Amino acid sequence: MSALTPSELDKVRSILGREPTETEEGIFTVMWSEHCSYKSSRLHLRKLPTKGPRVLVGPGENAGIVDISGDYAIAFKIESHNHPSFIEPFQGAATGVGGILRDIFTMGARPIAVLDALRFGRLDDPQCGDRNRRILEGVVSGISHYGNCFGVPTVGGECVFERCYNGNPLVNVFALGVFRKDEIFYGKASGIGNPVIYVGAKTGRDGIHGASMASAEFTEESKQKRPNVQVGDPFLEKLLLEACLEAMRTGAIVGIQDMGAAGLTCSTCEMGSRAGTGVEIDLSLVPQRETGMTPYEIMLSESQERMLLVAEDGREEEVFAVFRKWGLDAVTIGRVTGDGKLRVKNRGVVVAEIPNRELADEAPVYDRPHNSPPYRPAPKETPEIPPSRNLNADLLTLVGSGDLCSKRWIWRQYDYTVRTNTVAGPGGDAAIVRIKETGTSVAMSLDGNSRYCALDPREGARLLVAECCRNLSAVGALPVAATNNLNFGNPERPEIMAQLVETIEGLAEACRFFETPITGGNVSLYNETLGEAIWPTPVIGIVGLMKTAPPVTIPFKEEGRTVMLVGGLGAADAVRFGGTQYAKVVLNRMWGLPPDLDMDYEKRVHTGLREIVNEGLAESSHDLGDGGLAVALAECSAGGIGADIEIETELRPDVALFHEGPSRAIVSTTQPEIVERVAGRHGIRCDRIGVTMKARLLIGSHSDVWVDSPVDRLREIWENAFEGLLAPDHV
Amino acid sequence: MRIGVVVFPGSNCDHDAWYAFSHNLGQQAEYIWHDSASLGNVDAVVLPGGFAYGDYLRCGAIAKFSPVMAAVRKFADQGGPVLGICNGFQILVESGLLPGALLRNRDLKFVCRDVTLRVETTVSFFTSAAARGQRLRMPVAHGEGCYFADERTLDMLDAEDRVALRYVDNPNGSLRDIAGILSERRNVMGMMPHPERASDSLLGSADGRVILESLVQSLVTAAA
Repeated sequence: MSALTPSELDKVRSILGREPTETEEGIFTVMWSEHCSYKSSRLHLRKLPTKGPRVLVGPGENAGIVDISGDYAIAFKIESHNHPSFIEPFQGAATGVGGILRDIFTMGARPIAVLDALRFGRLDDPQCGDRNRRILEGVVSGISHYGNCFGVPTVGGECVFERCYNGNPLVNVFALGVFRKDEIFYGKASGIGNPVIYVGAKTGRDGIHGASMASAEFTEESKQKRPNVQVGDPFLEKLLLEACLEAMRTGAIVGIQDMGAAGLTCSTCEMGSRAGTGVEIDLSLVPQRETGMTPYEIMLSESQERMLLVAEDGREEEVFAVFRKWGLDAVTIGRVTGDGKLRVKNRGVVVAEIPNRELADEAPVYDRPHNSPPYRPAPKETPEIPPSRNLNADLLTLVGSGDLCSKRWIWRQYDYTVRTNTVAGPGGDAAIVRIKETGTSVAMSLDGNSRYCALDPREGARLLVAECCRNLSAVGALPVAATNNLNFGNPERPEIMAQLVETIEGLAEACRFFETPITGGNVSLYNETLGEAIWPTPVIGIVGLMKTAPPVTIPFKEEGRTVMLVGGLGAADAVRFGGTQYAKVVLNRMWGLPPDLDMDYEKRVHTGLREIVNEGLAESSHDLGDGGLAVALAECSAGGIGADIEIETELRPDVALFHEGPSRAIVSTTQPEIVERVAGRHGIRCDRIGVTMKARLLIGSHSDVWVDSPVDRLREIWENAFEGLLAPDHV
Repeated sequence: MRIGVVVFPGSNCDHDAWYAFSHNLGQQAEYIWHDSASLGNVDAVVLPGGFAYGDYLRCGAIAKFSPVMAAVRKFADQGGPVLGICNGFQILVESGLLPGALLRNRDLKFVCRDVTLRVETTVSFFTSAAARGQRLRMPVAHGEGCYFADERTLDMLDAEDRVALRYVDNPNGSLRDIAGILSERRNVMGMMPHPERASDSLLGSADGRVILESLVQSLVTAAA
């Protein structure tokens, strides 16, 4: 565990006015861990925009809440479970899903969608390939196990492979729930004398110090940390969901919070702190599944599927009846008091007594030095790149690469149709889930681009927000709010701290510009193993709103349609080609800078694209991202209809086909004139680049043929590459 | 018609079945809690998908001991129509209301995807509105959906025209591509695919409606 530093211990002494007991020291250690207190990032997180006309609840609660008009609202958040997923992939990922689902339903919302952003080391890595494959398979089956049994559809996500994740895979889980605006619950212990009730699973020794583990680097000793990983039971969580929502309807519940990181410690002091009250509990009343647990162990256990709630005094029985019906433990373990203190007793003897507010909100805040340039894993200078000899083969290589190939193997293991709301599931630009109660739908996209952020964290972060909003616009949704997960290395190193600060400032600027305030999120630091940090990996989840309607999807639908490049071909030079998938996969190099972003133009592309899609002008729609124009065209062709494309450009063919300039999308249409008119009105380019045709993808310029491939061949490679990478005989 | 949807602890498609019957088909649907000894006054019973009692031990193995299953058995014995979907099919098999077993999928992985089914018989409450040979597209979502029975049982099911639905593209290794079977009296059907998830074209397919509509029409005919 990462213990308190000497100066932190001094602060504890001055808060208490005496030496802390062993239990108190443990409590301060977890509450002031990086994971719970955000002590290294808090200063900079304040720069993020958090307010907007639709934001009902911003950061600080269990999840952010956004008004979706009418009587309804959505709650959503993203959280990481990176460290546990490396130590025990299946349970680490499963409990990651469990934790974020509790964050949603503790506020009273019923979870209706999950998405995951995953990062692993490369599956074909000569040294770590076997382990990377094992971690991936464990993580995917953990997510599948938990989400499927709980009954929430896993509707999308993304999965990327880089060497820097060999020793630090990332598992970031996003969940979203829906509820009536007048049924929101908060984690507040209000009302002096009210009973504090413990519900759900019994407390065991699992996961003690999980939060502190997640706040340290991995060393050789980390392999002995398996007991720090919790074990999840999705069946119990499903019962807890139904019981909590039913108990909330009794009107007897005053406040409620899940026991996640730092378990009973965090839930008691945070609930007290938010309400400005004290909480007194007796640990001998806590349901336990092991004998002889010490107060320290009970307070710090991270056993899953537990909630803490405060009920109205005298109405306990109404709450108990609901939990009895669902076969769950519910027991009063203490009371709300007026003295502002967390008082923990064990059989009547006080073992800890700490002021709630100081414990929950007065954690040290560090202004970590960030005065050196952000660490870059690649040179700025552009190497000499010979022109491609076979662009057709390059395209096939790209669509069969780990990052770009179809992730069907993953998402087929997730139940993405349960709850009968999934209008557009995995594999599209954005997932769409309808809200039955409102007749409207919510679109969600999860994105990360550590390759760009490694080259320039500020630019990378801006591009990330742009891409995510473009994904939503491609399905016709208006982006309204965001949640972020910041995955970085050790913040005590100035070159890593600089990455974090640059990223946050880039996110802040872009989220402000694209009007997607951040309503909450998570910071995961110390993602380092044996001194090697991951690349800066911000992951952003943006939520968009739209009418409920049949979705406009990626594949071309009919022959003879006009293919249009909304936003135009874009500009690119050799320096800004160094972060592309082409550089990674075909050239096996990395250099330079990420693509150039003009936010103003980007925003106009979004508005134009949404209008084209929502006016019913597009039969298919797909935004351009990794792999550029050629890969996007291949994806549009995967349904069986290809296209004959002619590109007018002065760019080198490889750059024209594969550069990753933003602000672009492909639509196919029967009404090109009207599409052009819409584009013109928004001041964006919109080029007719070809016509859809049967069975073949042909891309050329003047008399040169750059790409000529049967669509079946492209699809075959794209759909089956992933299984090939996972096959044990893969070298 | 009154359709009862059983809710076990861990059922997670109960709401989907309820919604499909009440909103998409305009019927009166109601929930039946697992510890009820009676089904009330329903015309048909649906055992929905999910993970009843966590599917601990074996899918459906604990559910068969729940009080409501005694009532379901009695209802079935009296000729009442019972439709088990996914986990509901597993429970019917464990309860002995249908023959055979549902094993882990051939590739040992959970599978969620659209499949194509072929209607093999129209002589049942659940397929009477379909045409023999009709193809239906709807999702599967299960980890244990591989239908297994001994050769004699399989021959019997074929001989008695009790295979209601077969996979055209078998996703789980089910013997003889079996996706859904009928009881001897043809009033109990279990199927792994989800017709309730394919009862609204907005979600990609409305082919599952024919199963649900068959049931409603059969009940209307029987009542007349």
